[in-house]
Amino acid sequence: MEHSEILHRCFRCGFCKLPDNYLDINCPSYLKYRFETYSPGGRMWLLRGLLEGEIKASPRLGEILFSCAACGNCVDHCVFPKFKDDLLDAFIAGRGELVNEGAIPPMARDYFKAIQSYGNPYKLPEAERGNWADGLGIEPYKDQEYLFFAGCVGSYDERGQKMARAVASLLKDWGVSFGILGADERCDGNEVKAMGEAGLFEMIAKQNIEKFKEVGVSKIIALSPHAYHAMKNEYPKFGGLFQVSHYSQVLVGLMGKGKFASADKPLRVTFHDPCYLGRHNKEYMSPRMILGAIPGIEYVDMARAMGDALCCGGGGGNFFTDMLGGGVDAPSRVRVREAADTGAEVLAVACPKCAKMLEDAIKAEDLDEKIEVMDLAEIIKSRTA
Amino acid sequence: MYELKYDPEICEKCDTIDCLMRCQYIDIDLEEAKEERQRILRGEGGRVLRECATCYACEEYCPYGNHPFYQIVDLQEKLETWPVPVPLTKQQIGMMAPRGQIVPQKVHAPVINMCFFPMLLGCIRGKLFEGASTIAGSDIFCNVMWLHFAKSSVIRQRLPQMIDNIQNYYLKESGVDELICFHDECYGAFTHLAPALGIEVPFKPIYLFEYLTKKLTELKSEIKPLNEKVVYQRPCSNRLIPETQHWVDDIFKLIGADRVKREYDRENALCCGMLIRAMQRDDLADDVQKRNLDDMQATGAKYCVFNCPACLFSMREMVAERGITPILMSELCQIALGEGIGW
Amino acid sequence: MEEVYKQLADIVGEQYVSNHQEERFIYARDPGTMEPREPDMVVMPNTTEEVRKIVLVANEKGVPIVPMGGGLVLSGLTRALKGGIILDMKRMNRIIEVNESSRYALVEAGTSQGMLQAYLKKHHPSLKHSVPDAPPIATIGGNVLIHGSGHLSAAGGFHSEMLNGLEVVLPTGEVARVGSCATSPYWFSRSPLPDLAGLFLGWAGTTGIATKLAIKLFPNLPINDADVFVTEDPEIVPDIISRLTRTQVAEDMMAAMAPKPEWLHGLQMTIVNYGAETKRELTLKRDLLRESVRKYTDEKVGGFMPLPPDMKGRFIEAPQRSLSRFADVRQGGGFEYVGGIMPIELFAKAYRVGIEIPERYGITYALGARIVGLGHCMMFFFAYPFNRADKNDVRNAQKALEDTNEAVLEMGGIPWKAEAPAQKQIIKKMDHNTFALMNRLREVLDPNGIMNPGNWEVD
Repeated sequence: MEHSEILHRCFRCGFCKLPDNYLDINCPSYLKYRFETYSPGGRMWLLRGLLEGEIKASPRLGEILFSCAACGNCVDHCVFPKFKDDLLDAFIAGRGELVNEGAIPPMARDYFKAIQSYGNPYKLPEAERGNWADGLGIEPYKDQEYLFFAGCVGSYDERGQKMARAVASLLKDWGVSFGILGADERCDGNEVKAMGEAGLFEMIAKQNIEKFKEVGVSKIIALSPHAYHAMKNEYPKFGGLFQVSHYSQVLVGLMGKGKFASADKPLRVTFHDPCYLGRHNKEYMSPRMILGAIPGIEYVDMARAMGDALCCGGGGGNFFTDMLGGGVDAPSRVRVREAADTGAEVLAVACPKCAKMLEDAIKAEDLDEKIEVMDLAEIIKSRTA
Repeated sequence: MYELKYDPEICEKCDTIDCLMRCQYIDIDLEEAKEERQRILRGEGGRVLRECATCYACEEYCPYGNHPFYQIVDLQEKLETWPVPVPLTKQQIGMMAPRGQIVPQKVHAPVINMCFFPMLLGCIRGKLFEGASTIAGSDIFCNVMWLHFAKSSVIRQRLPQMIDNIQNYYLKESGVDELICFHDECYGAFTHLAPALGIEVPFKPIYLFEYLTKKLTELKSEIKPLNEKVVYQRPCSNRLIPETQHWVDDIFKLIGADRVKREYDRENALCCGMLIRAMQRDDLADDVQKRNLDDMQATGAKYCVFNCPACLFSMREMVAERGITPILMSELCQIALGEGIGW
Repeated sequence: MEEVYKQLADIVGEQYVSNHQEERFIYARDPGTMEPREPDMVVMPNTTEEVRKIVLVANEKGVPIVPMGGGLVLSGLTRALKGGIILDMKRMNRIIEVNESSRYALVEAGTSQGMLQAYLKKHHPSLKHSVPDAPPIATIGGNVLIHGSGHLSAAGGFHSEMLNGLEVVLPTGEVARVGSCATSPYWFSRSPLPDLAGLFLGWAGTTGIATKLAIKLFPNLPINDADVFVTEDPEIVPDIISRLTRTQVAEDMMAAMAPKPEWLHGLQMTIVNYGAETKRELTLKRDLLRESVRKYTDEKVGGFMPLPPDMKGRFIEAPQRSLSRFADVRQGGGFEYVGGIMPIELFAKAYRVGIEIPERYGITYALGARIVGLGHCMMFFFAYPFNRADKNDVRNAQKALEDTNEAVLEMGGIPWKAEAPAQKQIIKKMDHNTFALMNRLREVLDPNGIMNPGNWEVD
């Protein structure tokens, strides 16, 4: 197994469970499950036990390995500089081992099947993939400056579609030249890779790269930080060299186009750093600069922000396998309580998965009257005169 | 081997004892100064050996270039009148020892010698240093700092090897014979200390500020004068090479920096205090630092310009607390060229 | 066991109890050198009431119980030596009350050191607690109950001395209160009542399960500094410590020694941490420290390092992350240490032993001594890193640890949080009546012998 040489170097010291300021548990799966086994250290030792034959693959082990949200908190906070960077990759490789053994959780298996058969996890027709853009007057991709990539959640999930519509229409209003693939778009594959199906991911990536090249794509704006991450960091390994931006990185340079209503009613906003924009790619500033450029926004960070942000729990496939939802210790619920604590009325997001996870959590926490989830584009639009 | 080259008779006949009379740290009258001079010549201990702050200044004050400071340091070592407690000295000698990790590296002019300050490599950027090669590491450390610890035996032991390393691992194979010294201490090592000890230096050391002046002159059209008041923290090592002082003013003129007149500048410069603390004389260090900082602050200067990394690390927080921006000379030049601060 | 499992699931909920191979595998293993010992199941209670019910079940069925905090004791005290149930207490991590006037915090036993530190920084910035150098997920309960020490020990003694009161579940299921909280709403002191805390401190969980602790808090001063005094002769270190502590300036004082890096070999660095309200006060305290050891600096046999501010960070950090990093010295994720609690006059002897034993096995090491109280004693630690994937490496570390425990006892010190084998060595040296008293108390408190059996026992 790749990275097996680092497994025995884990001291189970537990720094991986916490943020820099030690405020509260920051590993989403450990937060929810609380057994040592569900922490990064637990996984390191269990993987070593698996490879050395001391334990066997089991449904429990599957749950332990697949409940990792791939948020990267452990990578950032492990105190051992010589191998911390490989922690998450080791867990993904561990998932790969279970994939090879056919010992993965049923929900994960269903996910892979759906992607393979439908090109999306919802088992919805490919032909409907572009429907989210109906009525917005957005052109199919054909030589425009950018390809706007909506992704599976943005294309098929109700909340995701809402966000896709807000972002795309805003880009259009502000004169950005872009087109979409619509029904020709396919899953970006980031979650497939994070769930240990390296083979399937390679296939997906190569198919997408071929398609992009075929239609002459050179610059991509991604709605989802997951797609952003995969296309920026993984696609080049398969010959896919594109200039990839997250939509916040494009909007931040266009804030001058905004015709904002004057700040008669101040609005307190806090921002939830998406893991694949923030921790994994170190982009903390563009969303904050966007919010800072809107008159009347009173910005406040949560106690855990930027590299310390608590993952919403939607990564690592959990948005679909739902291993981290439910219960008062679910990371999404802990996160919205933290957001409400700031006194913010709006919890700003920049990822469709975060949007849905946190919105559901607000309902579960009965915080609907206090705080609402809006993505950056929705906020800009709501403050536009 | 490596006997200090000086003439005891010159000291014997000296009437003014400038070295001791101009000392900023030992309060002494002419009569006692003459007696201390005799004691040193006789190889005997005394007040000067015990109270010397190792600021190097008497090397500059002596009108005859007769190395009074090097004499003091050699005698301190001989008589074991240590300025710094022995365990601290051992710790430093260990920390700064050559690690034998040097590998041959091709370099091309201009070659900047960063001595054992790899943390400052980030400064070597922009137009001033375009195309420069850098060398750094424990195996080319100039070792001058042992003058503060009465350990010139360590200098004699290590400096020749360092010079050989620079020549054999970097310069000779690359056909380069000029070495730009980022720090005064290195330039002083190669041009002042080495000759005093009879150590040969096969390459040509270039003073950093001379190099900067040349480059700034070339880039004159791109300079936007700073029009700011500055103060300069003259390092102790510059006392070995006082003939280089004018380069500071040359640079300031080119970049539009006004070196405000103040008490503790040029020949009156004060020690940054780090080594005085190492000597466990915190009262003296507090006093010296306060006088220096009060003096700086009274000028209303925007920048305090440093040459020496040790002065910088020791003083930058306190300088900033006084509302003055601490900055290296090369960085100030980069600002004048519109290139901002790197690290 | 099936029955017990069902009852526990009824008490805490299905998702908080496990007898799966994975939990049994991990909870069997302490990151030190001790061999794995699997529990039958792991349970994570959320309230004192749940703990009480669990204890009643275990008592009824005669199943061993092992209370566990962070599991970072490194000497294997949270292994289930005789099987049974491990209680992972970390769900009980609420900070219940902070009393600013009387300077104490009341927390649940599973509260992590880091979370309390962060909470105080945020809500009560003028106060702090004494943080040990264990990783921040280590618990207040675990550390206090094994007589831990840390960053305020030079001012306040062992962390057990900073304990104001306990809520504890007895092995027979009663919930008892220890300290002023037994009669008063305030948790301010163990005096003047008969001090029952001694029934639970240092017993390795064999007498009950602490569910709440009240610990003393100390002023968190705005300006903090660290001075490092360097010597090369261990014989003078006790007097230096005596002089430094006499000034009553230090919050924390620790001597550090190691063979690597090269320049540290043969030297002792005594790190003194202190704080102040103002710069002037800081200078005053600095001068007090300087003057106290003037004799040694005048003789040039010791001196304070002239550290620029940006190099002091690593000496001021609490907890010290560098100590955890020691585990990767052998690129094998492990270290374990003997912490010998002993009088400071034994410093030179401990130092010599600390060099001789690892050299005997050809292994590397680190030594240190945290001063407790005003030089009242020290925790002299002998730390050995090992590569857990190399059986020989582990064995060498184990042998060094065994020899070190023996040497510490021989010179008149006592290893703290001693692993089960070292406990037996301690018992051998212990006053006969003292051990008899311990056994009588355990019989009274734990008649069915369910509490962490295998500890504090002779074979």
